[in-house]
Amino acid sequence: MRGRAVRVVGPLHWIGYPALAVVAATLVFATPVRLFRLPLPEPIFPMVLAFAWPLIRPSMLAPAVLLVVGLFLDLLWGGPMGLWALSLLCAYGVILFARPLIVGQDVRALLGWYVGATILAYALGYVFTAMDVKAAPSLVGAFFQVLVTVLLFPLANNLIERFDDGDVRFR
Amino acid sequence: MSFRDGPFENLKVPLTWTAAVALILAGAGALLLLLNDKREQLDAKAYGARGAFDAIAAPANGMFAHPVRWVGQASDWVDDYFFAVSENRRLKKQVAELEAWRDAAVALKNINSRYESMLQIRTEPPVPMVTARAVSESRGPFVNARLIDSGSRKGIKVGNPVINEHGLVGRVVGATASVSRVLLLTDVASRTPVLVNRTDARAILVGDGSGNPKLEFIRGKDAVKAGDQILSSGDGGVFPRGLPIGVAAKGLDGSWRVKLYSDRGAVDFVRVLLFEDFAQLVNPEALNAPPLTALNKAAPPPSPELAARIEALHPTPHPGAVAAAQPPAVTLATPRPAATAAQPTATPPKPAAPAAAAPTQGNGGRP
Repeated sequence: MRGRAVRVVGPLHWIGYPALAVVAATLVFATPVRLFRLPLPEPIFPMVLAFAWPLIRPSMLAPAVLLVVGLFLDLLWGGPMGLWALSLLCAYGVILFARPLIVGQDVRALLGWYVGATILAYALGYVFTAMDVKAAPSLVGAFFQVLVTVLLFPLANNLIERFDDGDVRFR
Repeated sequence: MSFRDGPFENLKVPLTWTAAVALILAGAGALLLLLNDKREQLDAKAYGARGAFDAIAAPANGMFAHPVRWVGQASDWVDDYFFAVSENRRLKKQVAELEAWRDAAVALKNINSRYESMLQIRTEPPVPMVTARAVSESRGPFVNARLIDSGSRKGIKVGNPVINEHGLVGRVVGATASVSRVLLLTDVASRTPVLVNRTDARAILVGDGSGNPKLEFIRGKDAVKAGDQILSSGDGGVFPRGLPIGVAAKGLDGSWRVKLYSDRGAVDFVRVLLFEDFAQLVNPEALNAPPLTALNKAAPPPSPELAARIEALHPTPHPGAVAAAQPPAVTLATPRPAATAAQPTATPPKPAAPAAAAPTQGNGGRP
């Protein structure tokens, strides 16, 4: 009887492919089109990565890729360079340092942490933008974008469940 | 011997710390980029290296956008099917209202053209336009911009206004050969000088990332009422005067806001007005170049041949005396008869005669 081959999960699987998927999703949702007279929502897809990656395992590669993805958002949307890169990295840092508290908790607790990280990233983006253009962006617009980004939590949870191998070295 | 059987078997890699170091380095890089960003200046220099990214992103985005556009067309078809009757009623009502306006416009156009010919007014020349398609859009609270598929190859420059069939959309803040970036009126960095059509009061339209930008710095008391039409004022020269922008409405926060006409139109097709503002028409270096700067300086001495020709054209009664009193360079700086050449060259130039200044006032009638 032939044994089953061991599946090796490398950085390409849990960092590379999700990052590419996030970039593709961002490009699709940047299409100027209206569905039933409504514009497409504009969630921050990389928020999924900023939340899931530090919980899967600490990595040196993940912050670098998150920086690149954040700069991609800034360039694609025409925003200040570094705005989303810095906001996402701050959210990543908070989750990384709170990792011992989060790992192993149930989905509702994870959702709470995800909402908190999303609000933190948007709050930083709000402050950076206000300092950059010396004017306050609309809070209502920011609220709706936070809302559609929070709706991406199932994707983040799926990513964590798929790649969290429970290795005690990462606890 | 495998790695796990060796002396490194119990080695605990400080992954969290190495990740933290990588995080700090990446964060420092992002912070440096943010501090050095000059996007809010909204000019060609600030656009800089973003142009290369936009030139690559536009076709890639267009490829990803195709399936979404098909879905959008399907939704439009369903929308048209279910709302055809109500839209037909609305359009019939609108046509009945517009017929009266059409008759009034024809009569006014006739009177206006007679006045123009009687007063010999130099009317504004038609502004050439370029039609473009938006390939990407950002609608978030921090950035509202579009990437369009036409660029400097078609004559688009930074500062050109962008409209659709209903009104002003924004302006070009970056242009490459094939794509341009348009800053929408709703962007938090957008500031547009406007006027209220009813009272001619001036204001500034300030974007804040929401769908309805605010009216700020409104001049005059009770200058705005709900329903007033808002037009571009042309102040500052960036936009031509009179482009329709929207209708004034009171916001939930008590501030005056504008419901944009451009929201009624198609979201993807726009037209770029190849209108040039003052900053583009006037080259500051040309203004400071000779001969104006030469008024306070001595011109270089003429060559012997040139001096001989000048002497032949303007013979002086006492060449030796004039030459002793005034160096030849100064006589060249003021092309006048030799009798007046001895006047000081620092005399300010006479103002241009009205007849000579008239052609320069044309400028397309721009403010």
